[in-house]
Amino acid sequence: MSLENRIAEIIVSRLNVKPEEVTNSASLKDDLGADSLDMVDLMMDLEDTFNLKISDEDGNKLQTVGSVVEFLKEKGIEA
Amino acid sequence: MNLNATAVVTGAARGIGLEIAKKLIDTGWTVAALDMLEDDLGRSASELGSMYKPYTVNITDTQQLAVVAASIGKELPVVKGIVNNAGITRDALMMRMGEDQWNMVIDVNLTGAWKVTQAFMRSLIRAREGSIVSISSVVGLTGSAGQTNYAASKAGLIGMSKSLNRELAARGITVNVVAPGFIETEMTQKLSEEVRGDYLSRIPAARLGLPVEIAEAVAFLMSPSAKYITGVVLPVDGGLTT
Repeated sequence: MSLENRIAEIIVSRLNVKPEEVTNSASLKDDLGADSLDMVDLMMDLEDTFNLKISDEDGNKLQTVGSVVEFLKEKGIEA
Repeated sequence: MNLNATAVVTGAARGIGLEIAKKLIDTGWTVAALDMLEDDLGRSASELGSMYKPYTVNITDTQQLAVVAASIGKELPVVKGIVNNAGITRDALMMRMGEDQWNMVIDVNLTGAWKVTQAFMRSLIRAREGSIVSISSVVGLTGSAGQTNYAASKAGLIGMSKSLNRELAARGITVNVVAPGFIETEMTQKLSEEVRGDYLSRIPAARLGLPVEIAEAVAFLMSPSAKYITGVVLPVDGGLTT
């Protein structure tokens, strides 16, 4: 499964949204309805799934689905 | 009735914690009983049967707690309840209280509750339902000579719970506090007749409470009947603080 698909799968299950809503430009908060608790939960999920630490500072920058994909790629995660 | 949900109860090997475990089992919960007292846990487990799952752990030890949380996640139904009951006393007048006495009580009663709650809360958040109940004390509301450490820890649980309530209430999770008054336990049985008499004279109900009466209040706050009750401090004290 591609990195994009794995991330999308996590977002769909955590935020309870439809797969087609999870586009690259979708805002986690504004389009997908994540509140601050969802965001923390999502970051912790990404940390567990991809075995890395996301600082609060980095976490705050992850506003869109695309930015999550980019961030994980920068951290050297392929899939 | 089986809820197919787990309630984590700390200090559940004996005393009030054991009564809470019994009552929760009666109302359909599986109970993960956390305690340091391995022998008492074993005895209670053989008494209460298969819905009482003993885990020996020091709740002030983050590593031990992580291991236990992982085991419970694998072995038991989904955690939807947390009862912070474990507590200790190290009484002394403040002028004579050592820093170790202060730290030990805060570590177990307040920081321990914080650690346990943090270790298990994600499960409730995921489930989008659940209940967290912390056992405070009337002493946290009124104060008590010789118990600056204990009273501070018990008042601290109230602030923690009220704040956590604001974080979690929208997720269908209730966060409440039960504040027992003077209850018939090993702790109060050790009191002199004189001190006991003094207590009794201050309680409108004119008797000490029973551990089961605390357990009843906890079970209610964790039941579907109490879904809309959150962020409260419920004294169970025979009218002592009113």
